[in-house]
Order: sequence, then structure tokens, then C-alpha cells
Amino acid sequence: MDTSTKLNGGLQKQEHLVKLGILTIAAILSFSTRLFSVLRFESVIHEFDPYFNYRTTRFLTEEGFYNFHNWFDERAWYPLGRIIGGTIYPGLMITSGVLYRLMWLVNITIDIRNVCVFLAPFFSSLTTIVTYLLTKEIHSVGAGLVAAAMISIVPGYISRSVAGSYDNEGIAIFCMLLTYYFWIKAVKTGAILWSTMAALAYFYMVSSWGGYVFLINLIPLHVLALMATGRFSHRIYVAYSILYCVGTILSMQISFVGFQPVQSSEHMLALGVFGLCQIHSFVDYIRSKMSKEYFEILFRALVTTVLSIATLVGIILTITGKVSPWTGRFYSLLDPSYAKNHIPIIASVSEHQPTSWSSFYFDLQILVFLFPAGLYFCFSKLSDANIFIILYGITSIYFAGVMVRLMLVLAPVMCILSGITVSHLLTKYIKSVDSPAEKKIDPKKLRKFEQQSGGVKSEVALAFVFVLTFLLISYTFHCTWVTSEAYSSPSIVLSARSHDGGRIIFDDFREAYYWLKMNTPEDARIMSWWDYGYQITAMANRTILVDNNTWNNTHISRVGQAMASTEEKAYEIMRELDVDYVLVIFGGLTGYSSDDINKFLWMVRIGGSTDRGAHIKETDYYAPSGDFRVDKEGSPTLLNCLMYKMCYYRFGQVYTEGGKPPGYDRVRAAEVGNKDFELDVIEEAYTTEHWLVRIYKVKDLRNRGV
Amino acid sequence: MTNINVVLNKFYDEYVNNTPKKLKIIDAYLFYILLTGIIQFVYCCLVGSFPFNSFLSGFISTVSCFILGVCLRLQANPQNKSQFYGISPERGFADFILAHIILHIVVMNFIG
Repeated sequence: MDTSTKLNGGLQKQEHLVKLGILTIAAILSFSTRLFSVLRFESVIHEFDPYFNYRTTRFLTEEGFYNFHNWFDERAWYPLGRIIGGTIYPGLMITSGVLYRLMWLVNITIDIRNVCVFLAPFFSSLTTIVTYLLTKEIHSVGAGLVAAAMISIVPGYISRSVAGSYDNEGIAIFCMLLTYYFWIKAVKTGAILWSTMAALAYFYMVSSWGGYVFLINLIPLHVLALMATGRFSHRIYVAYSILYCVGTILSMQISFVGFQPVQSSEHMLALGVFGLCQIHSFVDYIRSKMSKEYFEILFRALVTTVLSIATLVGIILTITGKVSPWTGRFYSLLDPSYAKNHIPIIASVSEHQPTSWSSFYFDLQILVFLFPAGLYFCFSKLSDANIFIILYGITSIYFAGVMVRLMLVLAPVMCILSGITVSHLLTKYIKSVDSPAEKKIDPKKLRKFEQQSGGVKSEVALAFVFVLTFLLISYTFHCTWVTSEAYSSPSIVLSARSHDGGRIIFDDFREAYYWLKMNTPEDARIMSWWDYGYQITAMANRTILVDNNTWNNTHISRVGQAMASTEEKAYEIMRELDVDYVLVIFGGLTGYSSDDINKFLWMVRIGGSTDRGAHIKETDYYAPSGDFRVDKEGSPTLLNCLMYKMCYYRFGQVYTEGGKPPGYDRVRAAEVGNKDFELDVIEEAYTTEHWLVRIYKVKDLRNRGV
Repeated sequence: MTNINVVLNKFYDEYVNNTPKKLKIIDAYLFYILLTGIIQFVYCCLVGSFPFNSFLSGFISTVSCFILGVCLRLQANPQNKSQFYGISPERGFADFILAHIILHIVVMNFIG
């Protein structure tokens, strides 16, 4: 007896060590696999939105929290300005601000830019650990370890959390999983402590990402499902009621969220389930106190009163307009075609498009096949926690199908369910691989395995284990390949392969922004398409008209109209908006395909979507044959609009590719149609080395009489 | 209608005779909070909810106090021992205090 306990103790210690080792390795791996872009280029912020986050973080660290909270930014949305403190989710900035201060406190003099760059990889390491904890609560330790290893390299999550993509999603996934973990804990124990922790984690989630709406609908859905299956207990009551009450008032502290939790329809499910919880437990209480027939009488009376009150309140609220209609982005989740038909500005963003099947495989690989098996295993051993993960899986797979960007929400649950599958199968088959003589482990474990291993031959088991191992290894290679090829380009610095195989770096964006910063007056107003707004304010520190926070559709539409009009008309609009410089992105020389000419149809659509731009029609910009082309066949409206002229000014004299005439556009693969023209109302101010960015100065009004 | 009266009377007797004293104290507290909540709600209906954040923080504070009280009662009730494994009434009370501290810090911040 004594030796066996000692042996057990030793085994347990070893087990702890192995667990700790696997988790540490997974966490380090998830950090280091996201560093491709830093190693290849430099420690630089990526894309568009991260630049805004970076700028606000810098402001926060320099000016302090109160100035940040009350910040009115006059550099954006000229002449309107933007109240930044009240229109962002501040969680990300505050997190990195706090980390920055902590680092300085222990005398690590790190630059704030580096904190921002490495924040997302750091949080993905934390996500790995939280995934382990969550899966451990739902299934077992083994499944938790597999899930942690899987989530550390899953491309669907890496796509938004590589070093330098300093965006809300990077920390939001961590917050989401943390909330789920505390929620499952609360459901399992029924302790007030855990559900208060869940409320705090929920607050962190609300402060960092608009996707918290998914969370506040999923948890009530879980409670509803538990009620429907007759699993509602006092524990669920404690967990949900406290989470809802404390979570709601906490979430209202974020000024961007404001009173929405009690007003907008998106949060009404949570409120309704909260009410239902109260009624349900009240009825349960009464039922436990009296005999059956008495209860029936009371129950009937109660139902009639409650129903009549509920309808009355509902009618009053609808009439007085207290319950606001659902917002456009939410509609587009429920009906994928809604945005395309109604809001061009939402449809124009590529990450709001529906997901294709191939991108599911690209982002998740074998997880796609292991996921249904994991669902099956959850169904076969139904518990309160399993129901939650099933609901999470099913709803998020729907949402990921609607919007590419929500693949991010799906990736964790895919990893969790696949982790359950893999660990379940491996424990079953590895048991059969072992020879029967060695079955002297823990009697409790043994019983569990005996039920599972239904007499599988050891050869079959061995083959199965090999196949699974092979699949997992291929998953690892796939993930690393996807990360290095697809998700690690900063898109502010571009790279391409030259003919001799060497790498060419295009640093035109930063060159142009630097030029703006050095050569234009401090208060110059720069017009560009909204994609580049954040970058211009962050790097060039100049006033811009529209940016990536697309809150004012008419203003963006006005810019679209200017781009799509002839020079004279555009001049009127530019005078009206006080524009000094115009900036366009042009990829015709280098073959950079996401330039302004390719985005031009969206400018036309958005420009024509308001009253003042009603004269701009999309069909005018198509060639007679019905397609969009920039060569001689193209429509004259297109060939004479401001955007076309700014992109192709002086381009007619440039040889771009051997064997082709001058003025050959390498993106559209066509020789431009309008070659020799002069600009009347604007003049070229600067063109970068590879012509990626072209800046024009708007001329003053002509002198009278000239 | 007489039926309901009979039932309610029986329920009342049952309650008075078979509920532990500790729970009765909590029930008195809950009843007091319920009254506070009703008064706030009536006031809001009559006068209006103009500083909406003040009204909300007051009302949510009462609702949350009520909920927390109910949770404490559930955990302290000896009949529910099987459902709350490993949570003694003392632990429940400590959790209750913690939740109250967090809640009221937020309420103070929000009341304006």
C-alpha cells in the first residue's frame, strides 16, 4: 500500500511536469510563430486600423487617461472632427498603456511602438493557456492540452494576431475565452465568486471589441437551452443572474456602449432570459413548498398576470420607441444579402464578405473534419458545460459562414472540439496498443478504459495512431506555411520577387507619408479614399477628410463624388471641402492590385448612393461591352474622371514591361486609353519611387482677368 | 378566487412554520430591497428618468442587491446543500461581500 501511494505520487508529479512542459511549449510556440513579419521586415505596425490604435495608444501614454477620455480629434473627418474618447473601445489602448507603464516601472525602457507590435502575440500565448483551462473544465486534461497546442498555431486566429497587427481582435479572443472559462466554472460550482469574475471578464471583453454582442447572446442561449432540456438548477440561476446584473452595469461604463445594454434589441435576449430565470426559480420555489393541486391553481393565476404585464410593457416600449431597431451590421449577420443590398460601405470591405469553402480549409485544415466528431462526443456525454460548447460551435460556424472576419470566433471552438476528438480517440486506441500485461495503472482509469476499448486489435490501433499522428504533423506544417506565406505581410511595406530571385522591398507608403509630414503646412487637409485615412493621420500627422471609422456615409460619399467627377466638378467639391492635397494609390507600375483604380467602382457606388451624387451612375463607368476597362475601349466618363487622371498622369510615357507599349498598366494588363493630357485644377506634387503613392496639390483659384 | 386565498393562506402558514430563522432574516432584507426597487420604479414612472444614468445605477443597484440576496439565500438554504457542493454559508457570504464591493464601486462611478 505504502509503495503504491508513493508510486502514484511520483506519477502525479511527473504528470504535472509534463502538463506544465506542454503548456509552456505551446505558449512559447504561439508567440514565436507570429513573429515572421518582424523577422522579415522590421518591428512595424500593419495594415490600416492598427495605425489608428497605435496613434491613440501613443496619445494615451503621452497625455494621460483623462485627456484620452475627453479627446476631440480635429485631425480627422474635416470639417466635422471626431470625439475619439466616446467612439472607441478603449480596452486595447489601456491594456498596452498599462503594460508600458509596468515595463518602465521595472526599468525596461521599451518603446510604446514595440509594446503595440508584440501585444497580439503576447495575448495569443495567454489565449493558449485559457483554452487549456476551458477545455479542461469541459472535458479532460488531455483534451485541454491538445486544444492548447492546436490553438497556438491555428491560422484562423493567427490571421488577426501576428506581431504588428495591433487590433481589437488580438486581445478580444483572449477576453472571450476567459469569460467562457469563468462562466463554465460558475455553472459548474454555482459560486457567486466565479460569476462575478465572469462579469469582470465580460467587462474586459466589452471594453475591447464590438463582438461582445455575440457573447451576451450566446450565454443567454445556453441558459435557455438548459431550461428547455430541464437542466435548470439553482447553480445556473446564481451564475446567470449575477453575470447579467453586474455585467450589464459594468458594460455601461464604456462610453461607446452607453445605454445600449438596456435599449437596443441585440441585448434584449439577455434581458428576457434574465426575467425568465427569475420566474422559473420563483415557480420552483413555490412548487417545493406546497402540494400539487394547490400549486396548479396558483400557477395558473401567476401565468395570466405575468403574461398580461409582459405584453403591456412590450406594447408601451414599442410605442414610445424605447427599443431601438437592430443595427445594419447585425442584420447583415442574420441575412447575408442585407448589407450588399442596402449599405455599400459595409459590402465594400473585403472582410465583411461571406466565407468561401476553401478558406475554411485554408484557415482550419484538419479541424474542419475533427469538429463534427467532437460535437458527437459532446452529445454522447451531455452535461451543462458540453451544451455550452455545442451551442458555441453551431452558432459560430454559422456566423463564420456569413462573414470572413468572424472566422476568428470560430477558430477557438474548432480547436476545443478537435482537441476533445483527438484526445478521446488517442486514449482509446493507445490503450489497445499497450500489451495487456501492463495494465497496472490506476484502477479508476482502468475501468474507464475498459468500457471504451471494445476489443480493437493492437495492429489496427497502431495503424490508427500513426494515421492520426501523421494528420497532426501535416496540420503543423500547413499552419506554419499559411502563417509565413499568407498572414505575415505588413501591407505597409510590400515585397516582391525580382527576376533573379532576390527580394525587392517597396517602401513607398512610408516614403509618401514622410514627404507629407516634411513638406506640407501643419494644417494641410488631405483628401484620399477612406482606407488610407488612419495611416495618414498616424504617420503624416495631417488633417484628413474621411477615415476607416466610416461613421458618416454622406461625407465619404462626397469624397467618392469628387473622385468620380470630371476635373471642373471635382474642383468645386474640393474647394467646398477645403482640400489642399489629394493622395491616390496607384499600382499600375509595380503590379500592386489593391490600388485605387480597382477600388474605384466602390467609390462610384458609394458616391452615387446619396442625394447629392444621384447623377453618378455606375453604368456610365462601364465600357460598351459591359465590363470595367481602362484602355481605349473604356467609357469616356471613366477616362475623364479625376481619379483616372490622377492615376495615369504622365503614365503614357513610361515603359513598364518589356515588349509592351508605353503606358502599359500591369495590374489591369492593358495599355491606358487616355495618355496625353494636362491637369487644369491640380498639379503633381510628389510621386514615390515605384509610383505607388501619388500626391497632387489643388491649385488656388485663378487670378481675376487671366 | 376563494381557492387562491386558501392556497395563499396555507403557503403562509407553511412558510412561517418551516423556514429557518437565518433565511427569514434574509427574506426580510429581500423584502426591504423589493420595496426600494418598487419605489424607484414608481418615481421613475411619475417624474421621469431624466438623468438616465442615475436612474439606471440606482435601479440596477437594487435589482443586483436583490439577486445577490437571493443567491445567498439559495446557498445558505440547507435543502440545497446537494447542489452547491463545497460552498459553506460562510464562503457564500464572503463571495456575496466581494460581489457587493465590485457592484457598488461601479454604481458610484455611474451615478454621476
